[in-house]
Amino acid sequence: MNKSHRVPSNRSLSAVEVKSKFGAEFRRFSLDRSKPGRFDEFYGLLQHVHRIPNVDLLVGYADVHGDLLPINNDDNYHKAISTASPLLRLFLQRKEEADYTFGTNSLTRKKNTVLSAVLLRPDANRKKPPVLISLPRDFRPVSSIIDVDILPETHRRVRLYKHGQEKPLGFYIRDGSSVRVTPQGLEKVPGIFISRMVPGGLAESTGLLAVNDEVLEVNGIEVAGKSLDQVTDMMIANSHNLIITVKPANQRNNVVRTGGGGGGGGGTASGSSGRSSDSGASYYGYSALSGVGAAASAPSHIIQNFPAGELESDEDDEDLVIEVGGEAEPIRRTLSNYSMPSLPRYEPHLNLRAASALSINRRSLEEEGTVITL
Amino acid sequence: MKRFRRHGQESQRDRLKQELFQFNKTVEHGFPHQPSALGYSPSLQLLAIGTRSGAIKLYGAPGVEFMGLHDENAAVTQVHFLPHQVELVTLLDDNSLHMWTLKAHKGLSELLEIGRFTLTGPPGAPPSVTRVTAVLAHSSGELLLLGTEGGHVFIVEVPGFRELEERNISLDQVASSVPDDYIGRRNLEHVETLQENPVDPNQVVIGYGRGLMVIWNLEKQQAIQHIPATQQLESMWWTEDGGHLLSSHSDGSYCRWMAGGEDMNEEEEEKSDIPYGHFPCKAISKIIQLPTEKGPPFLLFSGGMPRASYGDRHCITVIHSKTHVALDFTSRIIDFFAIRGGPQHTGDPSALVVLVEEELVVIDLQTEGWPVIQTPYLVPLHSSAITCSHHVSAIPLKLWERVLAAGDLQSKHYSKEPWPITGGQNLAPDPPQRDLLLTGHEDGTVRFWDASGVCLCPMYKLSTSGVFHTDADPNDNMNQGTEGEWPPFRKVGCFDPYSDDPRLGVQKIHLCKYSGYLAVAGTAGQILMLELNDEAAEHTVEAKVVDLLQGQEGFRWKGHTQLDVREEPVLFPPGFQPFTLVQCQPPAVVTALTLHSEWKLVAFGTSHGFGLYDYQQWNNVLVKCTLNPSDQLAMEGPLSRVKSIKKSLRQSFRRIRRSRVSLRKHHVNNAAKLQDANARLEAELAEMELAPVQRKIEARSSDDSFTGLVRTIYFADTFLSDSSHNTPSLWAGTNGGCVFAYMLRLPAAERRTDELVTAQPAKEIQLMHRAPVVGIVVLDGHGAPLPEPLEVAHDLARSPDMQGSHHLVVISEEQFKVFTLPKVSAKMKLKLTAVDGSRVRRVGVAWFGSSRSEDYGESGLVVLTNQGDVHVVSLPTVKMQVHYPCVRREDVSGIASCVFTKHGQGFYLISPSEFERFSLSARYLVEPRCLVEVPFRTGSATQRRPQPDGVSSAHRITTQDGEAAEVLQEIQKSLEGEQTSLLENNVKNAVA
Repeated sequence: MNKSHRVPSNRSLSAVEVKSKFGAEFRRFSLDRSKPGRFDEFYGLLQHVHRIPNVDLLVGYADVHGDLLPINNDDNYHKAISTASPLLRLFLQRKEEADYTFGTNSLTRKKNTVLSAVLLRPDANRKKPPVLISLPRDFRPVSSIIDVDILPETHRRVRLYKHGQEKPLGFYIRDGSSVRVTPQGLEKVPGIFISRMVPGGLAESTGLLAVNDEVLEVNGIEVAGKSLDQVTDMMIANSHNLIITVKPANQRNNVVRTGGGGGGGGGTASGSSGRSSDSGASYYGYSALSGVGAAASAPSHIIQNFPAGELESDEDDEDLVIEVGGEAEPIRRTLSNYSMPSLPRYEPHLNLRAASALSINRRSLEEEGTVITL
Repeated sequence: MKRFRRHGQESQRDRLKQELFQFNKTVEHGFPHQPSALGYSPSLQLLAIGTRSGAIKLYGAPGVEFMGLHDENAAVTQVHFLPHQVELVTLLDDNSLHMWTLKAHKGLSELLEIGRFTLTGPPGAPPSVTRVTAVLAHSSGELLLLGTEGGHVFIVEVPGFRELEERNISLDQVASSVPDDYIGRRNLEHVETLQENPVDPNQVVIGYGRGLMVIWNLEKQQAIQHIPATQQLESMWWTEDGGHLLSSHSDGSYCRWMAGGEDMNEEEEEKSDIPYGHFPCKAISKIIQLPTEKGPPFLLFSGGMPRASYGDRHCITVIHSKTHVALDFTSRIIDFFAIRGGPQHTGDPSALVVLVEEELVVIDLQTEGWPVIQTPYLVPLHSSAITCSHHVSAIPLKLWERVLAAGDLQSKHYSKEPWPITGGQNLAPDPPQRDLLLTGHEDGTVRFWDASGVCLCPMYKLSTSGVFHTDADPNDNMNQGTEGEWPPFRKVGCFDPYSDDPRLGVQKIHLCKYSGYLAVAGTAGQILMLELNDEAAEHTVEAKVVDLLQGQEGFRWKGHTQLDVREEPVLFPPGFQPFTLVQCQPPAVVTALTLHSEWKLVAFGTSHGFGLYDYQQWNNVLVKCTLNPSDQLAMEGPLSRVKSIKKSLRQSFRRIRRSRVSLRKHHVNNAAKLQDANARLEAELAEMELAPVQRKIEARSSDDSFTGLVRTIYFADTFLSDSSHNTPSLWAGTNGGCVFAYMLRLPAAERRTDELVTAQPAKEIQLMHRAPVVGIVVLDGHGAPLPEPLEVAHDLARSPDMQGSHHLVVISEEQFKVFTLPKVSAKMKLKLTAVDGSRVRRVGVAWFGSSRSEDYGESGLVVLTNQGDVHVVSLPTVKMQVHYPCVRREDVSGIASCVFTKHGQGFYLISPSEFERFSLSARYLVEPRCLVEVPFRTGSATQRRPQPDGVSSAHRITTQDGEAAEVLQEIQKSLEGEQTSLLENNVKNAVA
């Protein structure tokens, strides 16, 4: 079946193999990476290949990190297609039977529970009342407050999950001066401040950063003594995983620490607790998230217990290497452990990221419509 | 235990680092930016230049250089050597006087500031009373006469700066004796000039701004004679016999006065002349007259041009016998002096030294036609603006000699006379190797400089404009004035910053020192291949147009058009001659260039893509478009042509205005100036507060502008496809963090001319952080960078290790990353920007030799960041070794101009006209090492003839002195003549 529609090898990058699982059944087919089509087409296709035309489905896929992520709109569908390396693994569930959550580390950390839940218990008996609004599993975190236990209460360390997002980071910084207490008394020292938020940007949508917050650290490195341009460059260099420690201009929303080892998932307090008593604090309007409801914003405020080294985690080995031309064929065969020779081969150690792959290939592609080979 | 051992290793490494790396700024090459004062010591044979930024630079024989910097950031307005001593006095804009000396220390002289002094007037006196306008270093060497704005003359004992109040010549003393009929007696104005009688050191003449000149007897403290000139005084000169005074005036006239005996008050001016008369003339700012042994004297003066027709010329007129020439300089004249021949510097004038704003010109007055003497230092690097530079270390002797020979043919019009300023001894060891610095210029020239030693000497100048039709008319040669023109102008100097066609600008240079092939790439996408030919040749240069867009649609280039190539044969003089030309389409500026002379390939990149050209077969091998279709900015191109016309218009207007504004030196109202500056500062501050600078924080995306711009291009013979066969390869890195690798197939040597070279895409690496790729290096199995082409063939480098696995080092603006080859997997990295916020601006590979053991050395990356710091990063481990602040971070053009040598040195522009040389290597260091000895002083001060203003020469120095000078000169000559070993010993003995 495949052979008849085989694409030329130089265009092999464009095909995505899809392995879809619904209950105990698997379906394999392929899609054109460049022309994935719309989500509803894809949804229909899934219903078609699984022959379940009238079943409401929750569609999830395993991303490169092993996270189980949802596919429920065009954006995350395209994302899923473009990041598939090389196989796109789909997990379908009846909506009313959904028993796992999407999210970072959901597969790696809870491999046993989540994956096995999907794989081993296709027909979960425990039926839960369907919750139709603001399912946490439909979202992945965009930001978090971290290290609450080790930072002074006046400071806040915010992590922005830029990676994989089309949303711009969306903020500006400026020079300014702040007052510090020194042994010589109060002293005015130069500092870096957030000067503007781009409406709809990641920074604004988190609600964790605000205009006039003083930037103290970027990814653990103090900015004191550095010029505005230096700090700009540091932030851009870390933009894929930006962790900024700020001293918020509005100190009323600070996390109130109870006891010493608030630690990991304690979530002793979040911005919302402060907010409830201070509804006038416009800095922390959650307007950007209001559309999806308060519950949806919850993950972004949960204090997470990151595994060691998570702070330092970066784009290591994410550089994309493409072997071009027939010359690379010999090694490909020796190294490749995939059965489909027509598929693009990436260095196994390298993880493939969507945006770049898409942008590189965009130019060389010309086919129209979704190519499906069954 | 473990900790101890580790500590030991670390300290061992630290010790090693100290043996390998050492940061020094060693010498400044080129012409000082904004010179403001000139001084000369005939007895020391040293020239001193003060600048507006407060630097003082001394030059003697080639290689003898000293530099000092005043703590005050004020312009040096006057420099005076104390006669027959190693001290000199500088006067700054802030009215402070500074005493400098050349102190010998361990056999080497150093320039040191030993004292400073500011005149203090009587309490309550206005500042003008003590504002110094004229300085005379008295021939006794013990007195300094300071004329002030208030009209007083203060006498100060030097070198200690002790005020001798009782000897001061106050304005009242003088005014009381001024004849009643003198029109200007009510206000004599400031002291414009002070001169000493060359035959009687007790007599000085005080020239007041209003025109009055008073001869004063220092001993008797009384006026001897009043010379009542009625025009505003500009300068004075006391003739050598003491019998006459020359005065020059603001109306363009000069007068000769008899300086006769005492009490001859009704002295008539003997002769008065407005040399360029009839119509109003500009001031003659300085006049000197020097006698010749037989025949009429030399008369030299600056200015005096007819205001309306030639008011914008910068001229010095030289009149000798029937010869009358108005030397027309390229920029404003700062000052000039004449050097006199003879053992005691009392003979006929031998050379005229003129400091103009942009260059130093020395004119041989002994040779017929007064040709210019080529300067061995202080060369105006910026005679056309520098657009790029390229350094080549260790030039083979053969190439060196051929370039020199080609250069000699170009300098035929220079005088054959040796350089007349010969003070001091150059004790620096001979440079270990011959180094070339190539500078590309806005006018399409490439200049070759001998950068081996302290003196950056011009060797050869290559012009690429002959290949093209340009707007410049070659017949528009300004050198030849028309017959019978008055004034009789003669253009001198080489400063010519006005480029007629900015497209000619040279952007990238690559010279292969073994084969003599040179690639020069320019602003309009032109890549010229040149080879060295010792004979002149006439041929056409065929152009090959390379379309870098490759059918990319939606493109509209709005930049300049490509250059038109001359279709008729062009005569090329001996030297580098172009033989083939590639023109990129669209004609965007070439941003990367590399040459592989062994493979006979040249690779180039622009903002649209890159190409590979086979210059043996004149065939284009490869074109790759790197353009992002959504990148509008890159697609349209810069509107540089429009801009540059605007700019040049602005420049020429400025030039005219500058010349119109009377350039009076020191009569500006200070209060007004200060107020003005304050107001400007306030306005600036207000502006800053209104619009705070903010920076957008956004991740880089593929849609950013100019992601396709090719930043670096590299050839390597390495393992690209499999680990057993190495192949030639081409690597290119873009602004968007992408690296393209191509495998090249070269035909066997015997079929190289027939079979085609082919290139196949092999790899594409997209760095996730997307920062611009600024460097690519492949390391061999030992972790050493691959040698240059032909280096191994010439037995000058170890052949690279092909057994162990090779590594690829990709240097982006943010990170250093090491990948394995052929399988490109990340192995190591060093993050720069994420850690300290600085970005890589310039990178080079250098070899550092240990200063302790001859045979130990390491390769490393030398990096200059946008913060102006230089770093050394080890190879292949990419670890930070050392870092030093080097350039001010605000100095963007300095950082952009930086070029590294292969031995850990570097150059960067500290001004448009000066390179600063620095060294990171503990072994290789080029710095001035020189000695200036105190002139012999025999006889008492009274016996010696005085020496007005440090400009004319001393007369009665004993023969001993002359002999000594001769000996020094001889040593100097022989040192230059490279008769090294023996003479070096002599010098060492002499020093010891």
